[in-house]
Amino acid sequence: MNEILQGLVQAFWLVISLDTELIAISLRSLYVTLTALLISTLVAFPLAALIVVTRFRFRRVVIAILNALMGLPPVVVGLLVYIIFSRSGPLGVLGLLYTTSAMIIAQTVIITPLIASVAHQSMRELWADYRDLLISINTSKPQRIGTLMWDSKRALITACLAGFGRGIGEVGAIMIVGGNIDNATRVLTTAISLETSRGDFSLALALGFVLISLALSVSFATHWFGKTERGGLW
Amino acid sequence: MFPLSISRVEISVKSKKLLGPINLVINEKGITVVLGANGSGKTTLLEALHGLRKLSRGKLEWSVPNSQAAQQQSFVFQSPIMLRRSVIENLIYPLIVRRISKSIAVEEAKLWAQKIGLENKMSQQAPLLSGGEMQAVAVARALITKPKMLFLDEPTASLDGLAKKTIEEILIIAAKGGTKIIMSTHDLGQAKRLANDIIYLHKGILESHGPKEDFLNSPPSDAARQFLAGDIVI
Repeated sequence: MNEILQGLVQAFWLVISLDTELIAISLRSLYVTLTALLISTLVAFPLAALIVVTRFRFRRVVIAILNALMGLPPVVVGLLVYIIFSRSGPLGVLGLLYTTSAMIIAQTVIITPLIASVAHQSMRELWADYRDLLISINTSKPQRIGTLMWDSKRALITACLAGFGRGIGEVGAIMIVGGNIDNATRVLTTAISLETSRGDFSLALALGFVLISLALSVSFATHWFGKTERGGLW
Repeated sequence: MFPLSISRVEISVKSKKLLGPINLVINEKGITVVLGANGSGKTTLLEALHGLRKLSRGKLEWSVPNSQAAQQQSFVFQSPIMLRRSVIENLIYPLIVRRISKSIAVEEAKLWAQKIGLENKMSQQAPLLSGGEMQAVAVARALITKPKMLFLDEPTASLDGLAKKTIEEILIIAAKGGTKIIMSTHDLGQAKRLANDIIYLHKGILESHGPKEDFLNSPPSDAARQFLAGDIVI
């Protein structure tokens, strides 16, 4: 109990004193996860919409795989990305191992199925409503995809938040591919892991509180800008 | 685009025949009303003519290529499908899909909003309107592209007198302006007010097609006679 209190106090002082290392680590955390999130949404949203509006042979199999991939263990993803980018691996020449780029790639792999799956679920319901109308108006497939994405934007924001939450709190994969190198690839979660193993619980807790408040502020900011829960139906 | 010739069209679902065989020629002018009891195939016929249903047998031929005919048609569903957007955005949608500039589309939509008496609700979310208002938006959205052919599936089935009157007036003006209208209804009064000719369906079979007066004065079958007399047709 005492340690939690100490952690809170230390977190407070770290934030108030604008500790340069804390700021660097937090910004790196944000940079890695937000970049991964951006790439994921660019892939996942159109992919989910395409699966919704297209009938093809193995559609149900693809959806089942997508849903299963939501539970992809981060450590395994980290291991695979590590092998691919390690010196003797197929993409070893790129020299990306132990860089933030490798961390971004690993997180993208982890959160893309999650975002695609949540997006698919909500757009499928919307498509059930819209299908007859959009076919009747003689829309093209890209127009249907655009309409579905635009009109389910609130649900897509939620999908983003889910992806962000999974990314920012993730430690297994980025530890393996990033290596938790000071001033290079250390982020909040890997720092917490390190401080815990070193026995500095109050610093670990302080970093933990910073991580939680970061996640909360991103969520609040998104809801604020997205004007959710304010008037209207959605 | 006209005439539309329908020859030996049949629609079956899982080897159960819902409609047909239907032979029919639809000409350019006026309002054709499709009458019949529940389950007589009215909706199926309209959806088939519009291309929303795959034909099990037979063929539909416009005098122009199908892709061109599809551009010139609109459909109003029994329960209006509103995009989850504002009224004005619903109205401009078919124009935007046809790549008409947004400023022109908005001007046109404002005119239509006036015609249906919703000029004060243009920025309101369409799914929050009353049933009658939604159906009026659906009719306006169908007519905003100036289609040569408009299908309506029981458009006023659940509306009160005033809402019904608004929609009927718009339809009469559209028909005078050169839009061919085919609508289904249960409402014999509405058929008498609007129809130039009447199609009578009974259990998926087309029992008669001809001028309104002929149908009303000499109904083609016992079922039609019962329908006209207001009896329950089974």
